[in-house]
Amino acid sequence: MAIEWEVVIGLEIHAQLSTRSKIFSGSSTAFGASPNVQANLVDLGYPGVLPVLNAEAVRMAARFGLAIGAKVARRSVFARKNYFYPDLPKGYQISQYELPVVEDGSVDIVLDDGTRKTIGVTRAHLEEDAGKSLHEGLGARSGIDLNRAGTPLLEIVSEPDMRSAREAIAYMKKIHTLVRYLDICDGNMQEGSFRCDANVSVRHKGRHEYGTRCEIKNVNSFRFVEKAINHEVARQIDILEGGGSIVQETRLYDPDRNETRSMRSKEEANDYRYFPDPDLLPLVLEEAWIERVRSELPELPDEKAWRFVREYGLSEYDAGVLTASRELAAYYEATVTELGGEAKLAANWVMGDLSGFLNRDGLDITSSRVGAARLAGLLRRIVDATISGKIAKDVLEVMWNEDRGADAVIEARGLRQITDTAAIEQVIAGIMAANPQQLADYRSGKDKLFGFFVGQVMKATGGKANPGQVNDLLKKMLPG
Amino acid sequence: MSLHLKTAAELGRGIRAGEYSSGELTRHFLDRIGRGNERLNAFITVTPERALEDARRADATVAAGRGGALTGVPIAHKDIFCTDGILTTCGSKMLANFVSPYDATVVERLAAAGTVMLGKTNMDEFAMGSSNETSFYGPVRNPWDETRVPGGSSGGSAAAVAARLAPVATGTDTGGSIRQPAALTGLTGIKPTYGRVSRYGMIAFASSLDQGGVLAQSAEDAALVLEAMSGFDPRDSTSVDTPVPGYAGALDRPVKGLRIGIIREFFGDGLDPATGDAVQVALDIFRDLGIELVELSLPALPLSVPTYYVVAPAECSSNLSRFDGVRFGYRCDDPKDLLDLYTRSRGEGFGAEVKRRIMTGTYVLSAGYYDAYYLKAQKVRSLINEDFRRAFAEVDVLVGPTSPTPAFRLGAKVDDPVTMYLNDIYTIGANLAGLPALSAPCGLVEGLPVGLQVIGPHFAESRVLAVAHAYQRETDWHRRVPRAWA
Repeated sequence: MAIEWEVVIGLEIHAQLSTRSKIFSGSSTAFGASPNVQANLVDLGYPGVLPVLNAEAVRMAARFGLAIGAKVARRSVFARKNYFYPDLPKGYQISQYELPVVEDGSVDIVLDDGTRKTIGVTRAHLEEDAGKSLHEGLGARSGIDLNRAGTPLLEIVSEPDMRSAREAIAYMKKIHTLVRYLDICDGNMQEGSFRCDANVSVRHKGRHEYGTRCEIKNVNSFRFVEKAINHEVARQIDILEGGGSIVQETRLYDPDRNETRSMRSKEEANDYRYFPDPDLLPLVLEEAWIERVRSELPELPDEKAWRFVREYGLSEYDAGVLTASRELAAYYEATVTELGGEAKLAANWVMGDLSGFLNRDGLDITSSRVGAARLAGLLRRIVDATISGKIAKDVLEVMWNEDRGADAVIEARGLRQITDTAAIEQVIAGIMAANPQQLADYRSGKDKLFGFFVGQVMKATGGKANPGQVNDLLKKMLPG
Repeated sequence: MSLHLKTAAELGRGIRAGEYSSGELTRHFLDRIGRGNERLNAFITVTPERALEDARRADATVAAGRGGALTGVPIAHKDIFCTDGILTTCGSKMLANFVSPYDATVVERLAAAGTVMLGKTNMDEFAMGSSNETSFYGPVRNPWDETRVPGGSSGGSAAAVAARLAPVATGTDTGGSIRQPAALTGLTGIKPTYGRVSRYGMIAFASSLDQGGVLAQSAEDAALVLEAMSGFDPRDSTSVDTPVPGYAGALDRPVKGLRIGIIREFFGDGLDPATGDAVQVALDIFRDLGIELVELSLPALPLSVPTYYVVAPAECSSNLSRFDGVRFGYRCDDPKDLLDLYTRSRGEGFGAEVKRRIMTGTYVLSAGYYDAYYLKAQKVRSLINEDFRRAFAEVDVLVGPTSPTPAFRLGAKVDDPVTMYLNDIYTIGANLAGLPALSAPCGLVEGLPVGLQVIGPHFAESRVLAVAHAYQRETDWHRRVPRAWA
């Protein structure tokens, strides 16, 4: 019998905190400036300069900690992680080691099949980012851009609680949602504001001890996480089933070739010689300050989703989708408010057609070309049976491209629904007369032909006939 | 009396009284440096243009009636303080080409007080040394006997003031680097409480121990200059946000009835008997001043040297990582690759003592050794702190020798680091505990000065200075000048 393997995954997420200035200096953190213009003497590690902690970064870390039900440490300590690299100006990174600012929290994830699972968050600590080494376009030389050096990061370390790549993605998405709700990270993965390393191991199902793990670096999109983890799992199982053993090492994921390759083994790993940074006093947070930060927390995604289920009667899944970002949830709620109810209808349209248009055009909900009020205007015409849902799709398409309200489009294109019973009856009668064979077949028991007649009526009315009425009238008239 | 024999306080008063201008004074000291520096090697960089410009500005300030106690008074800065647009070497080949793009807070504040910068003084490389022999720029000679060391690491500042090439100078003290050279050259040197003087722009050796301070001719001068350089600095997170009392104004406060603690551990085997005798004579003077002397023991204090030689190298091994040949400072020729760039730039740029401490520090922080060395040293540091805390519950200040011997000969200890390290046996405790401590001259042993150390509780600089000032009103050791430089 084949051995059943269990996958064990833990994630380390680096969320760049959206402070205006760096964690230990006054330089700007804006992305995309020309190299080294946003690096001052502190960022450059000049002789004699000293770090001064950015209070806003601390507040953001505390917000995160409180949002995941973690302990926000009354006293935490910055430590130096020592290693040499050209993009690390001081020869050490200021991080937190033994005493992080956030410890012991958790988040809940909901899988596609509705299963709910709690993932532990071991810790989250503050640290500074390094700069970037540039190799392209410089010939045989290497360049260094220290604009990013000193950018505040919150490193969020999970427990090894995930058992599949899908769980890992769900967790990563949850954290992504959360940091954006909290306004502490813009979540932009292309610009590297939200990065992820995955610790992956496999073990025989039922075993308690973990297998030897590998750390996969550079899994910086939701798509890559799944591919990288699945690839790594397959690689490890292959080795183990071939009688080999896993070497603890750091591996780099290459999305172009969909493979991981070894960066360094445990033996080659740096001894970082962590010790408390004597330039920074221990970070002491007063209980009253922590409570103030707690009182400033926004409604969090889980609370919001529960409220959507409760107030709007949505399914847990729909509520989860609509609360995935604060902006989407706000759009949805604005639509419902404008519409004065019909929450389920609004949910279907926001998650369905509207999201379809957004995806097609690569737009974010905040830059939707049809705002919540205009969408509500369209849905109102479905509710009052002015147009059918099918026609509404066409109207939305027009609204998407032209800055007009639903009513104007309906009027201009003559899309108003036919609800006059006599008019529909007349159309049906004509169709019955034109299709004697199909009518005969239907009457002799071929029920499936009902759809054919519906289609013919809709075609004849340009889709404008009220579908409910068409159904009712056909049922009455077809049997003869 | 010649201008250079006046104290900084006297010079400031003279300028304000119109007896001489800052320009005259500055030219006088620049002239002395020009004639004397070659013998002493006290300055790495002399900044005559800057000095004369500072002096012009000071004279204008005085003319406008806005002069303060230090307006127009020349000063020399230890070359560990960054000075905007001026070479800042830290005594190292590594920074032999480093022109700082900014001023240290200390430099900025003393400029704002109207002082005139004469130049940058020689020092042990990165402040690592007790004899000024580790400097890339060569050793400094002691004005009292040019075959002897001036002490270190602020040896250039000490020699410059002792030879009256400058009326006063800044220094830094990580394990005794102000007090020991002050003792060995007959000066009054003060290291304030950790956090009192901003470390911003002071090139770090051991961040939890480094403090800026003053090498001066008297407690009064030390008080004036310390007052001007002290105070909260938002750019240094370890700087303390409490007001700076007027040190100079508190000099005359009564010392009668104070209790002085005599640290038993400071009078043991290692102490040169003649030096010990000089300190005993000073104690008699304190008794005559109505001060009560109490002998007490600080049992953990003898552990301060080994503790220091774990903590300081650990911090320095990390602090000095930024000198990597990438962004500033020395870079080796034609590096083959990154590793070659690092190893040769650092191998060629740092001297032997700095390398020794980087290696020691790297070792004590390494996986598997951290607990046994670094963590244990931190625990001992707490014990030493606790000893001082208990002592200050009983007495107002602690007194003892500053250095176990007078100045030793150049080259005498360079090959024996442990003997060299033991020079700081009496001074290191105050750094580990972050306490203010001062050394004042209390005698001559075979023509060489010896120092008396006064240690106070945290932020008791005024008390320490007042005790020294009371002593200096009764004695004239602080007014002695080496004959060759009078």
